[in-house]
Amino acid sequence: MNTLTTRTPLATYVVRHADDNVILGQRLAEYISRAPELEEDLAVANFALDHIGVAQHLFAYASAVEGDGRDADALAMLRSEREYTNLLLVEQPHADFAEVMARQCFFDAYQVLLWRRLSASTDETIAGVAQRAVKEATYHLRHSSGWVVRLGDGTDESHGRMQHAVDRMWRFTGEMFEGDDLDREMAALGVGVEPADLEEEWQATVDSILEEATLTRPADPYQATGGRRGLHTEFLGRLLAEMQWMQRSYGGLTW
Amino acid sequence: MSYDVPLAPGEQPEDLDLSTVAEHGFPLWEVFVRAKRGLSHTHVGSLHAPDAETAIQNARDGYTRRAEGVSVWVVRSAEIVASDDAESLFEPFEDKPYRHPTFYDIPDEVGQL
Amino acid sequence: MSEHAGRARFAAIIEADEKVEPRDWMPDEYRANLIRQMAQHAHSEVIGMQPEANWITRAPTLMRKAILIAKVQDEAGHGLYLYSAAETLGVSRDELQEMLHSGRQKYSSIFNYPTLSWADVGAIGWLVDGAAIVNQIVLQGTSYGPYSRAMVKICKEESFHARQGYSIMMALVEGSDEQKAMAQDAIDRWWWPALMMFGPHDAESSHSERSMAWKIKRIKNDDLRQMFVDQTVPQAHYLGLTIPDPDLEFDEETGHWRIGEIDWDEFWRTIKGDGPLNRERIAHKVKAWEDGRWVREAATEYARKQRARLGKSA
Repeated sequence: MNTLTTRTPLATYVVRHADDNVILGQRLAEYISRAPELEEDLAVANFALDHIGVAQHLFAYASAVEGDGRDADALAMLRSEREYTNLLLVEQPHADFAEVMARQCFFDAYQVLLWRRLSASTDETIAGVAQRAVKEATYHLRHSSGWVVRLGDGTDESHGRMQHAVDRMWRFTGEMFEGDDLDREMAALGVGVEPADLEEEWQATVDSILEEATLTRPADPYQATGGRRGLHTEFLGRLLAEMQWMQRSYGGLTW
Repeated sequence: MSYDVPLAPGEQPEDLDLSTVAEHGFPLWEVFVRAKRGLSHTHVGSLHAPDAETAIQNARDGYTRRAEGVSVWVVRSAEIVASDDAESLFEPFEDKPYRHPTFYDIPDEVGQL
Repeated sequence: MSEHAGRARFAAIIEADEKVEPRDWMPDEYRANLIRQMAQHAHSEVIGMQPEANWITRAPTLMRKAILIAKVQDEAGHGLYLYSAAETLGVSRDELQEMLHSGRQKYSSIFNYPTLSWADVGAIGWLVDGAAIVNQIVLQGTSYGPYSRAMVKICKEESFHARQGYSIMMALVEGSDEQKAMAQDAIDRWWWPALMMFGPHDAESSHSERSMAWKIKRIKNDDLRQMFVDQTVPQAHYLGLTIPDPDLEFDEETGHWRIGEIDWDEFWRTIKGDGPLNRERIAHKVKAWEDGRWVREAATEYARKQRARLGKSA
């Protein structure tokens, strides 16, 4: 059962995409100052900024749609773990640079397709965010897929690590295309998209990246699910504990 | 000053071996940015990258974060051929004022020329 | 060019306040002095990412989080510009980094202090970046062209850093008692280290004089420190914060704020490696570098394969 307490279907829909972006932005932020080269610290920081920027816009919109005084930061920082509806993929921690890039690449490939469709949303705010975000996602994919290829087709060690990262993240990719009643409702209104419609192109994109990277597409058919219903892996709670710490410790203050 | 960390009493500066340029790691690339359409690409600095595509991406993230550019060039630093900047190379041009329009006195009545 | 002619030309360039460029003849000591200073400056930017990155994941609002990421990212960028400037003198970034990792080269001691609360992020922006800007504005006039150009770019970008820090402090002092206490605690801990950023009294700075003669350095440590104090004391008063210096007083005659004596034992102790976090900062940096080794090797190997493939198809 979805425990999300936003007041309208539209707000709920907007929040799930905001959640994807804020959680991934937070994961990337953890990595800043830990990249293999200075130039890559700059790149990762850019990713984080773009995702958090998207989240800011979407949370602000959800707040306006709700209209009950809960602002963007309250939405971002003051819900319980079960109320976050992000995909499981974005909350996964990274053990190394290969996992940072595998997670990023799979998500970027999805977001490029998502934002491209949402650019034509009948909801002007969503369309506006999407038109900006599709450019960011396209660049992210160029960068992340470049690293997947470079590491996959680099040394024996990097090939092994990249394959391991792809295998580890793979079971969280199916969830991106599941779709639920809310997705169908939003798609029918022309506001949103049916996630399943993105799958074929995503698979083609990812297949060609994996092939160029000399990596094997995981055969494991098992796919984890639950993020959109607030059922997460254990990793999210700790991420939230850190992200929400200030807002939880010092309630109701201005920063 | 803050970035000139002083030597503690009795401490010697580190040895710098300047006789060889040891390039390990990624090669160095020079970065040129076109600030806006209609302007030339201008040198802005350098960066390290394993290949040209990465160099372009790193240049974008490193040198255009505030929308300073609409286009970048990257060139392997080792490929740049530079003049030796000897006095004989450029100074001879300094005494040819007749190449400049201000050398000529033309009466105002002549108008635009 | 003969060394004699080179030396004369170098002296003329310095005398005329022109810029020395990478391919000019320059005295070995000038080159070594510059490499050392630019490397330390670059190391400072890069190590300086850590105390603030410590709060990115805990920033209280999305806007503050985004601002802080942008700022830490700028620091990486400034490190890049400065390494890039140092590399024009014939050292590689890897060599310089290796000297940082092994402790042979240093970075500004301010970054050895811990960030213990959100207010510290504000204090760093306001005081540490504020002090850095005072330094760096002057360094725009430094005699080495690439260093000067890097400073121009850095100053332009850094103007937002001090302002965002002050804006954090303003929000705190306008907030709850707890927030005000947080702000006061931050200035209590950061004020003196910020003043130490300007270095020892000029009389005790061994290479200060030569740097001045070469116009690498343009204004003395104590004068820069005074500029910073004069601009910062009224800013602290505006916030309603107390500066932790019982001897602080305004000298009507000179128009300057007079400060008490800096704890030079603490200063030298931190420089020698026994500040609160010297070891941790370097360990963090070395770990990132070592963890990234396989990535750099892979990228180098991939580039080699690509060249071979292109060579074959051509």
